[in-house]
Amino acid sequence: MADVMKQATRDAYGQALVELGAENPDLIVMDADLAAATKTGGFKKAYPDRFIDTGIAEGNMMSIAAGLAATGKTVFASSFAMFAAGRAFEQVRNSIGYPHLNVKIGATHAGVSVGEDGATHQCCEDIGLMRTIPGMVILNPADGIEAKKAVKAAAAWDGPVYLRFGRLAVPMATTEDTPFEIGKGVELVAGSDVTIIATGLLVAEALQAAEELKAEGISARVINMATIKPIDKDIILKAAAETGCIVTAEEHNIIGGLGSAVAEVVCEANPVPVVRVGVQDTFGQSGPADELLTLYGLRAANIVAKAKEAIALKKN
Amino acid sequence: MEAKTKKELQIVATRIRMGIIEGTYHAKSGHPGGSLSIAEDLAYLYWKEMNIDPANPKKADRDRFVLSKGHAAPGLYAALANRGFFPVDLLSTLRKTGSILQGHPDMKNIPGVDMSSGSLGQGISCAVGMALSAKLSGADYRVYTILGDGEIQEGQVWEASMFAAAKGLDNLVVIVDNNNLQIDGTIEEVNSPYPIPEKFAAFGFHVIEIDGNDLDQIEAAFAEARTVKGKPTAIVQKTVKGKGVSYMENQCSWHGSAPKKDDYDIAMAELTARLQELEG
Repeated sequence: MADVMKQATRDAYGQALVELGAENPDLIVMDADLAAATKTGGFKKAYPDRFIDTGIAEGNMMSIAAGLAATGKTVFASSFAMFAAGRAFEQVRNSIGYPHLNVKIGATHAGVSVGEDGATHQCCEDIGLMRTIPGMVILNPADGIEAKKAVKAAAAWDGPVYLRFGRLAVPMATTEDTPFEIGKGVELVAGSDVTIIATGLLVAEALQAAEELKAEGISARVINMATIKPIDKDIILKAAAETGCIVTAEEHNIIGGLGSAVAEVVCEANPVPVVRVGVQDTFGQSGPADELLTLYGLRAANIVAKAKEAIALKKN
Repeated sequence: MEAKTKKELQIVATRIRMGIIEGTYHAKSGHPGGSLSIAEDLAYLYWKEMNIDPANPKKADRDRFVLSKGHAAPGLYAALANRGFFPVDLLSTLRKTGSILQGHPDMKNIPGVDMSSGSLGQGISCAVGMALSAKLSGADYRVYTILGDGEIQEGQVWEASMFAAAKGLDNLVVIVDNNNLQIDGTIEEVNSPYPIPEKFAAFGFHVIEIDGNDLDQIEAAFAEARTVKGKPTAIVQKTVKGKGVSYMENQCSWHGSAPKKDDYDIAMAELTARLQELEG
């Protein structure tokens, strides 16, 4: 893993928007007074006429985005995950989701890795919220390389997409050659004893966990699940059948996120143990991001421990 | 307004009212009161004011309409059906399983509906987005939206209004249907949004006050709105909730309850008499 190269997915988001702006004259980027933080500022500079700032009014922004999309524009509406999915949930649901409009929600600062701003700004509920909206696509890229691919795939997708980005610079877990397709998980490491299905910044931790497990003689498969919805049932059920147990890893409440999505698929088709690494149904707190990721159990070591638990739960 | 035109629009408004009663009666639910109060608006918008084509409901340069007070869907549907977007017979399927005529406007399946709405406060923002889109594209279509007076208790209405004025959206007309009643009582009793014209003026709108059940005043207001440059227009209209059906007028109990058979018969008799009077 090339952890010399680090980038926050929000930075890649901002870069991708600038590139897309050149290709698509009907691309509009919106923000609610957080352009410097969500990284839409680059687009603002490059295409000031197509950058719309609603000020601090996220619900209004989502409904305006819907109106723009209803007249043929492709809109990226940005805010922190807390406000995009949380505060504006009902606008996303009714103005965008119900009419299935072409609005892409660029939600940055997801999870506890927001750091010092603390619990009010650390959204660990957004995947759960967005997952319940029919027709919503949810993308949670692992690194900067994948984030760019995700933004471009979202722009080409017909319908609403929720894109989840982080504030923290994270190591690259994928390469330019790693395939990216909405609705498809990607096997990054082959393995037979347990499958680790990870998303977002936990993918890099999962890769490290697999190496640690390997050193202990445990063969762990690693799947990068950048699309949380529609979830890739085939890759999950193949993993369930071939490795007999699964660990999920995400920077999100263990309720409602990737772990829930994987458990739903497994329970309905081929029940095997699914053990979840994630925020244990609690609020975050202020602190440096790296300390918080450790404090809330979102490290490779936690994945290693849960992998052993999952293996122990397997019926012989 | 010419007498002939006025009579034609009065006939249209009466037919819209009959469609409202027809739909809510068969649905056994729905919102007749606030639908009846905007019948003249709908008649004027869809027969005179807006550039629309029932044969081509998605034409790109059409004017847009967003029923922000989406619960008045029976009124919008009656207008669209009578205007030729879909058969009038369909109105009796309102709110029935499998019907395209959902309880609140659904842009995906109903010809002529430009935006799904019904969650109060959101429609005006969607209309603002459409008006902004026209400006960004250099298109000259106009956008109209009708809000309830209770609806403006929603904070999002003021977020949208602040933005519309800040962006100088003079292609946007916001109509506030001030029939003074909401579900829990009069709007003053519940949480007074008065004075309404002053609030929109303070937010940067050109404000016109009219009697919203008077077609001459409606015509004058929309004509004035077209002359306004650099700011959006708010038409704050006094109307009678339940207008045109004697026992529903000014009764908040008819906000969200449907006429039963006896109520239906009386309402249709009144509206039929009105129609005969107009048609001579």
